[in-house]
Amino acid sequence: MNRRFFIKSGSIALASVSAQLSTPSFLERLVLAEGSQRTSLPRKILVTIFQRGAVDGLNMVIPYGESNYYQLRPSIAIARPSSGDVETAIDLDGFFGLHPSMRSFKTFWESKRLAIIHAAGSPDSTRSHFDAQDYMESGTPGIKSTAAGFLNRHLQISKGARDSVFRAVALSQAMPRILQGPAPAVALSKLADFTIRAGNSSAVQGGFEAIYERSVNDVLAGTGKETFEAVNYLKRANPSQHRPGNGAQYPRSPLGNSMLQIAQLIKSDVGLEIAFTDTGGWDTHVNQGNSRGQLANRLQDFANSISAFLTDLGDRMEDVLIVTMSEFGRTVRENGNRGTDHGHANAMFVIGGGVRGGRVYGDWPGLRTEQLYEGRDLALTTDFRTVLSEVARRHLGSTTLTTLFPGYNVIESRFRGVLG
Amino acid sequence: MRKLIPNCRLRRPRSSGALLIITALLTPVFSAVNAQKSPAILSDEQQILHVLNRLGFGARPGDVDRVKKLGISSYIDQQLNPQDIPDALAEEKVKELPTVSMSTAQLYEKYPQPGVLIRQLEKLGKLPPGLIQAQKMPGMESTNSSKRSEAPEPEANAMENENYRRAVREYYAEQGLQLPQKIIGELQASRILRAVYSERQLNEVMVDFWTNHFNVFAGKGVERWLLTSYDRDTIRRHAMGKFADLLLATAKSPAMLFYLDNFQSVSPNAQLPRSGNRQQMRVGVFAKREMTSNRQSQEPPQRMRRGINENYARELMELHTLGVDGGYTQKDVQEVARCFTGWTIFAPRGAAVAANRRLAGFAKESAGTFFFNARLHDDGEKVVLGNKVPAGGGFKDGLIVLDILARHQSTANFIARKLVRHFVSDSPPETLVKSVADTFSKSDGDIREALRTIFFSTEFNSPNAYRAKVKRPFELAISAVRSLGGDTNGGPQFHRWIARMGEPLYGFQTPNGYSDTAETWVNTGGLLERLNFGLALANNRIPGTRIDLHRLVESTSTNVRENGGVEPALKLVLGGDVSSGTRQTLMDQIRKPESSAADSVLDTKASRAEVLAKVVGLILGSPEFQRQ
Repeated sequence: MNRRFFIKSGSIALASVSAQLSTPSFLERLVLAEGSQRTSLPRKILVTIFQRGAVDGLNMVIPYGESNYYQLRPSIAIARPSSGDVETAIDLDGFFGLHPSMRSFKTFWESKRLAIIHAAGSPDSTRSHFDAQDYMESGTPGIKSTAAGFLNRHLQISKGARDSVFRAVALSQAMPRILQGPAPAVALSKLADFTIRAGNSSAVQGGFEAIYERSVNDVLAGTGKETFEAVNYLKRANPSQHRPGNGAQYPRSPLGNSMLQIAQLIKSDVGLEIAFTDTGGWDTHVNQGNSRGQLANRLQDFANSISAFLTDLGDRMEDVLIVTMSEFGRTVRENGNRGTDHGHANAMFVIGGGVRGGRVYGDWPGLRTEQLYEGRDLALTTDFRTVLSEVARRHLGSTTLTTLFPGYNVIESRFRGVLG
Repeated sequence: MRKLIPNCRLRRPRSSGALLIITALLTPVFSAVNAQKSPAILSDEQQILHVLNRLGFGARPGDVDRVKKLGISSYIDQQLNPQDIPDALAEEKVKELPTVSMSTAQLYEKYPQPGVLIRQLEKLGKLPPGLIQAQKMPGMESTNSSKRSEAPEPEANAMENENYRRAVREYYAEQGLQLPQKIIGELQASRILRAVYSERQLNEVMVDFWTNHFNVFAGKGVERWLLTSYDRDTIRRHAMGKFADLLLATAKSPAMLFYLDNFQSVSPNAQLPRSGNRQQMRVGVFAKREMTSNRQSQEPPQRMRRGINENYARELMELHTLGVDGGYTQKDVQEVARCFTGWTIFAPRGAAVAANRRLAGFAKESAGTFFFNARLHDDGEKVVLGNKVPAGGGFKDGLIVLDILARHQSTANFIARKLVRHFVSDSPPETLVKSVADTFSKSDGDIREALRTIFFSTEFNSPNAYRAKVKRPFELAISAVRSLGGDTNGGPQFHRWIARMGEPLYGFQTPNGYSDTAETWVNTGGLLERLNFGLALANNRIPGTRIDLHRLVESTSTNVRENGGVEPALKLVLGGDVSSGTRQTLMDQIRKPESSAADSVLDTKASRAEVLAKVVGLILGSPEFQRQ
């Protein structure tokens, strides 16, 4: 709302000094440029992946050095690393290991492009999927009335390197909470859908363009013009021409498809800065499996989709960062159905060129009963907003972290140092 | 590339001195346009279109003449008394949707969640062989993505899922059960059908308005079983009545109690019993079991957690009544929350989950209904907005709060402004807001009287209000079908377009509901889907929805060969009221040959049909039709 006020008063100032301006849209552009931060940083791209349903972080990044892990999970624990046995945890640092189905991450761990923050997440104690996702996406745990998602707030308070409709894209059917808000963003499940769908589409689009062009008096005319520009732009850029590079093989799954399309948008240089996608299937209350089974399949899809993306983009990953999150973790103790229930802290991945990877960050709270949150869950030692603040500050160059996470006291000295 | 907000601001310069300055400074193009935009007075035809657009979801073929014959004020009077308007056609259509008339308990029984059902059968030792195998399979829950609850996970372990799904399908078919996804689909269909077919148009507009005002999100937990009753027994029943009644109905509705967490708001002093006589325990034991027995349900156990939940209390004041600046404090929020402790839901997740033997029979009929649990209630004294709520009031505490809020001047102002914004303009004229608020207060919150004040005001009937509102996706989709006299079954294929345009019914996550001002939803992606919707409709590409352009246009016109039906189509869709620019463009379009077989575009019936569909698609996508 402050932004609106600003634009309004900004307009007065501008209009009075430049009486010769001829089109409203030109005026707007100038006003907005004035109102935004100017950064000369190279264009950085952030890809956020949400694991909806609460992934079991303790079987994704396994604290195999904890004996209690094995006591509390008699049937679903992942065995300690044992060389030559592909059913055991992949050793990371002598204490933590990756789930064996995430083998594709190993390369990136070794090349130090992949970092893990364990015992991280939202400090709110809710165990409702809905509320916890809402809190994470709005960036305000415990407060439901926050209007915009935090990625949208980022868009509002920072200026894009380019003025592009595709600055922020969600690969999803509906606009996710994390990107909802006044700043423009596009939600689409398939790039190919972003077009006028008519038998003879160029003729029909021409008709629409002519109609909107002549409706100069209408607020919709501006949106119309931008829409057609965007459609034409994407058509010219033709993202689908970019086949996966470097032999990358994306899983043929929803997440694989989303990652492929994000890579295509990046390669076609349409001004993408903020990408978002989500992936489900993590709510493993029953028969979650151990080295194989339900969770193993999901983790394999997750790791392989991301790994394909990293392979595909190759050197371009220098400017790209992936962050993953999930609304909460799962109980340390397995339940009566060989599954896990809703818990608290979880593990996040930060992956990309600028990452100081090959390390598990965060303070490990331990798994002895008295160390557990409410006697049952992994305790939280890193607020997800600390991780995201560091990403915003050091990757995206944001200088207004208090606006990004209202009510959260961001202290740079507490950054985990994932990004140097 | 798109800067919507400043555009919006520039749209109606009269609202801002600052913008008048800009307007004056801008080139002749802009001011000329303004001159063109404001006719001194609405023509009779425009006035009728205006009323049909605002009091309803747009004109069907013949509606303008009907209203002309009846007289505008008689039409408004009629619409203000929906109970007197026969509505057989709409009712008949809705009757084909079985869930719409079912109780919540029936829905739980007939449309169970597969995972819940299987575990229940397992517990009873009645799991059929086909499902025993399936029970070992993953993917039993559809709760993994609460945002995309309509899309089950078709993922990596597709084979296993497929086996599981087949087993479930077979068992459901044998037992005469249905999957729960159907419920929301039918509810959405009922809203679409009524909006398209009902003669009680204003009533449907108000149902839409209040559904949005008292927003509930279908993707949260068990809402999909609760919303049918919410629409039928809460919103619809009171949409044109007294605001106080509507408010009470929402406060007691399981959908709202669940959505804003009040059903689990418990006094910190509440005594959840472990022993005692049975009669006394009944409710308490039940509540306890509810909290501990639902591992498999969508919202997992907040295990035995006690304490006040302020969520409902806050939104009740901020969004439902007083407005954010309506004069309440955080202390008031806490006190109101205390008053509502114990307002909860009986067997909120259905009999299958709740029923631990003793209560099974009872829950079978009453699952998912309101009940006051005195044991959870905070019975101390409270002070709400300066009013003392005496100790020991029990259930009455909540009633007292609702009464205070419903009669509060801030509520009158807040509701009046919202109504005027909805029916007149995105920037509501203050004079009208004031007189509507006065009517609201004087009539004891009579919604009908407030509406009457709006419809007979000069502001409503001013040229400034004509087509001043951009249609929301639901309004656009419905008005398009109506204008073409189309038929629809309101099914998921139709609703999907409303979702694509950005506003699925019951799909808004946060309690504030969809915004009623254009700047929030007019954006590039949204506009593109609007254009595509018009094309899909005009070309009959939406399964379950049909329009007959030939019958509508060609049969009424003798000169289609020459003008491709542009004039009759414009007459139908926009009452003929369209800018010369749009009209000219349409004429240009039909003269452009689609294919290389040039000249004779309009010579054959097939080619005429193609051109006509294109013309209608373009009109539905025009800026004029985006407005009402």
